[in-house]
Amino acid sequence: MEAKTVTTPHVPVRYFEGGKGEPLVFLHGAGGVMANDPLLGKLAEKFHVYAPLLPGYGDSQECGALRDMLDFTLHTWDVIDALKLKNPILVGHSMGGMMAAEMAAVAPHDVTRLGLIAPAGLWLDEYPIPDLFSTMPFEFPALMFHDVEKGAALMTAGVSLDDPEWLKGFLVSNARQLGMAGRILFPIPERGLSTRLYRIKAKTLLVWGDSDKVVAPAYAQAFKQGIAGSELVVIPEAGHLLNFEKPDQTAAALERLAG
Amino acid sequence: MKFTWFNLMPWPYLPDDFREKNRSVWVDIDSRLFDPVRGHEVYNNHLDLLEYASTLGFDGIGCNEHHQNAYGLMPSPNLIAASLARRTKDVALVVLGNSIALYNPPIRVAEEFAMLDCVSGGRLVGGFPVGTSMDTNFCYGQIPSLTREKYLEAHDLIIKAWREPDPFAFNGRYTKLRHVNIWPRPIQKPNPPIHIPGGGSVATYDFCIDHTYSYSYLSFTGYIRGKALMDGYWDQVAKRNAPDSSPYRAGFAQTICVADTDEEAERLYKDHVLYFYNRCLHVYPGFADAPGYRTIKTIQSGALSQYAPVRGFSNLTWKDLIEGGHIIAGSPETVRQRMEEMIKGLRVGNVFGLFHVGNMPKEKCMYSTKLFAEKVMPKLRNMFPDYADDDRFWCKPLAKRVTPGDLPAERDVPQLVGA
Repeated sequence: MEAKTVTTPHVPVRYFEGGKGEPLVFLHGAGGVMANDPLLGKLAEKFHVYAPLLPGYGDSQECGALRDMLDFTLHTWDVIDALKLKNPILVGHSMGGMMAAEMAAVAPHDVTRLGLIAPAGLWLDEYPIPDLFSTMPFEFPALMFHDVEKGAALMTAGVSLDDPEWLKGFLVSNARQLGMAGRILFPIPERGLSTRLYRIKAKTLLVWGDSDKVVAPAYAQAFKQGIAGSELVVIPEAGHLLNFEKPDQTAAALERLAG
Repeated sequence: MKFTWFNLMPWPYLPDDFREKNRSVWVDIDSRLFDPVRGHEVYNNHLDLLEYASTLGFDGIGCNEHHQNAYGLMPSPNLIAASLARRTKDVALVVLGNSIALYNPPIRVAEEFAMLDCVSGGRLVGGFPVGTSMDTNFCYGQIPSLTREKYLEAHDLIIKAWREPDPFAFNGRYTKLRHVNIWPRPIQKPNPPIHIPGGGSVATYDFCIDHTYSYSYLSFTGYIRGKALMDGYWDQVAKRNAPDSSPYRAGFAQTICVADTDEEAERLYKDHVLYFYNRCLHVYPGFADAPGYRTIKTIQSGALSQYAPVRGFSNLTWKDLIEGGHIIAGSPETVRQRMEEMIKGLRVGNVFGLFHVGNMPKEKCMYSTKLFAEKVMPKLRNMFPDYADDDRFWCKPLAKRVTPGDLPAERDVPQLVGA
């Protein structure tokens, strides 16, 4: 994947681009996405992938003007316009799934294929989503992965999570990234999407890990009920970070949206 | 010098194994550890001590705002100040302060502070903290990276509500009001003096300089660790060419314990001080600093949250606390010397003394408080003679104030009404 920048009305936006085929826009989760993300690599084997970074993520510029869900939704439409994409497959993971669903609800005639990977955006009292904003780095692997040990190794690439230097860098990027994400996820990652889901007209594919401890599989049913005609693919032995844990199966499921 | 007897109102009954069995004293602390019947006694003890301090010559008695916190039992400091307003006479009521981003709409603060100022006869010193991340974000649900913007807007609204005599419309991003016209208004014009508790953010230094507010650092880690932060503030005062560098532009909170001798101080207060530092400050680090709450600039400056010290507060000894300057404790002479070091070193005209510490019983607290008032405070009065006339940061009470409870005798009432 190649890192590029595109101009939008608010700020220049960083994005990763790679692969050949139909255009597919991938919206990352609250943890961000890197150029070497395993899922992006897999998707790029079938699609022409664009993965824009939300302002403040990675090395991208922050944007104070994006404060609420509508701002985030319209900004991401601005990005798609700036990339001159027409009717791309729209895919989002977790927070990105929440944004993709909002985009499809706000502009139902502009999205015909929607892939939601363990999306946020709904709230069920019986299945409270953990407070990721108070979660310490060392606690993340147990929440995010089915195979915690293997997941931790994937996530950290061998860095010790209590190393002070690493922690300092972590604090800064966390303040930038989760600070931004907090505008639509804090303190409860719900901004009224349930009242707008009915507007979605796209062919919608839901992909979920069967042991997701962040957005529990019960949410898959809620999305399925909310979006007419949506299909659900449950991936066994997978947690919330499907992009790390099951990139092959996730990409294979999303191929159903091709053509 | 202005000395305020400040009370955090800690809950004194946290069990010995509190730290082992609970991850945090704040936010998600086990509510079953609070016993309302004991709460009756605890609140009244704390209020009695504040009232007692007001009789000993302290300039102010102070309270602050915390939520879901076992060392700070004041979700509403204004309720505490209201009860003190009626039971005290000349002392300033230092409410440090109201987390203005949390009041909806924020004119509630303008109204309640105006009420306090009227009831007390102009004795209010107000404070506008942004609030800790624990309170503001995790307990009260404010979006971390928007908290400061909301705070600044609330501030502008409150100040305008106090100063503007005619009704006005306020079209804010966070608050929209068509008819702002608060009633009552404060006695002190254009508004009561404002102190801003901060934790090292440069933006807050500038805010204080721009508005002639006093910057106060309400730290528990004492004057030695507070030095770098206060130096940063004074550097900014110089850099911004503020019209003066009056020490009353700054305040500092310090834990203080006085006894006859240094040894007696340790014997009397050690357990209570350790209860506070080793039990009450047990904050889960995940709650210390919600991502986006502090600015990148502040994080990069290396200022770590005082609630998430690198090695934690656990297992500090009396010796650690004395040597580290977390606490100033000992004989009146020892305390005087170290207070002088602190006041000069930090250049602070406002001292917020924490005399009630942890689970200290009231008699010990009274003993320490009285010794300080009689044997230490008088010797520290004239630390900054050049600024003796600077009254910008303190309240200006009415010269003639009513006496609470000043009703005529019942037997005189019929004559007075002409019945």
